[in-house]
Amino acid sequence: MERIPILKMGPVLLVSIQVDMHDQLALTLQDDLTDRIVKTHARSVLIDISSLEVVDSFIGRMLGNIAAMSRVLDAETVVVGMRPAVAITLVELGMSLSGVRTALNVERAMEMLQVASANGHAAMGEGTDDRRPD
Amino acid sequence: MTVARTEKLPVQTSEDIVKVRQAVRAWAVQLGFSLVDQTKIVTAASELARNTVIYGGGGTVELESLLEPRRRGLRLTFADQGAGIANTEQALKDGFTTGNGLGLGLGGAKRLSNEFEIHSQPGAGTTVRITRWT
Amino acid sequence: MSPERKSRIAELLDQHEKELLASWIDRQLQSVSTRRDLIDETELREQSRQLLRLLGEAAVSGTDDIQGSAWEPVREVLGAMSRSRARLGFTPSETAMFVLSLKEPLFTLLRQQLGSDARAIAEETWNATVLLDRLGLYTTEVYQKGREEIIVRQQQDALELSTPVVQLWDGILGLPLIGTLDSARTQVVMESLLQRIVDTGARIAIIDITGVPTVDTLVAQHLLKTVAAARLMGADCIISGIRPQIAQTVVHLGLDLTTVITKATLADAFAVALQRAGLAVVRAAAPR
Repeated sequence: MERIPILKMGPVLLVSIQVDMHDQLALTLQDDLTDRIVKTHARSVLIDISSLEVVDSFIGRMLGNIAAMSRVLDAETVVVGMRPAVAITLVELGMSLSGVRTALNVERAMEMLQVASANGHAAMGEGTDDRRPD
Repeated sequence: MTVARTEKLPVQTSEDIVKVRQAVRAWAVQLGFSLVDQTKIVTAASELARNTVIYGGGGTVELESLLEPRRRGLRLTFADQGAGIANTEQALKDGFTTGNGLGLGLGGAKRLSNEFEIHSQPGAGTTVRITRWT
Repeated sequence: MSPERKSRIAELLDQHEKELLASWIDRQLQSVSTRRDLIDETELREQSRQLLRLLGEAAVSGTDDIQGSAWEPVREVLGAMSRSRARLGFTPSETAMFVLSLKEPLFTLLRQQLGSDARAIAEETWNATVLLDRLGLYTTEVYQKGREEIIVRQQQDALELSTPVVQLWDGILGLPLIGTLDSARTQVVMESLLQRIVDTGARIAIIDITGVPTVDTLVAQHLLKTVAAARLMGADCIISGIRPQIAQTVVHLGLDLTTVITKATLADAFAVALQRAGLAVVRAAAPR
């Protein structure tokens, strides 16, 4: 069965979704990620959706689930690179993904995640956060 | 108004949902929709296709390109012979669901479309028709 | 209407075209609604000649359905003429009068030619008036559609011009909204804002609503949608320009703006934005 590959870069798990996923593939990714977070003691998950042209309620829910599950496992998730048309559509659809942290690109996300780990624990709460250490 | 082109596709499996997204995208591009409008109708189609598969027991979607003097439209008609919806008004309210947690589909598809029609009776299946205009 | 009756008009138009044209033009030149200030005589003569010729040809077909194919040349010419007059500044009535002013000379001609046959005169006059009324109404419809197109285009332009997104500082965008915020405008606002976020990599956007006259539940929804969309792209929004009346409305309507930072002035919002961006404004050393 095809799977979305999950890369490990230090304490960060990196997922780049480049295909139009069918529902089962998305569910498998959810399971695989949760598994990997536990197995690798990852502190951060970075999901790059910059290639996705469509995010419907199913995928939106998947992203929300991943964020929630990783938080329970004391890891931080950042969804990266949402396209403007997708953001507008998602909001119109009624999903604001308020429980999911977001960043414009991978570089920014890494900065955010470093800040989070420098603070010693995964930041609780929602939205982007530019708080710097001291 | 003339119907320039029609095509009927099966909507039986979750792979079909992906195929519907791709077909709708291709038609929307061909009709000259803006990127945001393309994304909206593809996302709406994804929601309705999923409903057809999960709640309708599988069905079909008919794609039609509409030509009017001042605008072009893409009309999608999803039909299934499933259990039907007893209270369509209720079903359009966000968050309402009888299945596994997908409450935004119908209302979301309506918000993402310029025109929306639903006909459903318990035991007689469901037909949902959406149109997006340039 | 039977073809036989109709073709009497066709017959008349054919046999007396020249004199009918002359008296029609005369009539127009005497009338104020012809707008000699907007259109010159040569053009008027030419348009009248052309229309009369085409009318005659169409009338021969025996049908009075002006939407049918026999009348297409007439519709085309009338359509073009209506659109051009709309652009020139003619009113809808003045445009329709071009066609309707043909009635008087045509009725006069009918009376002359049909002589003592009162019944025929009544009948043909009726046919002629129905026909010219329809054509007159057609010009009004085309005129209206032309105006609508202009308005739509102007609305688009206005929408785009009225939602400029400015870069206040590195990573900080400003979006001063002027005027009402409806759903069409919100779409344009979201698209411009998100595109600028991508282009500049901004992390903070200040949406200033000083120029938004009223904030009700719908407007609040539109604002929140915009904020949510920006957040999905990694940018936080601050809403500034909250006038006391707006603050009262928000509370009275029970609007939930708790997920958004709000500030009374753009200046306050900018200060917060700088702080969040880890920037500070420092007084320069005094020049000596």
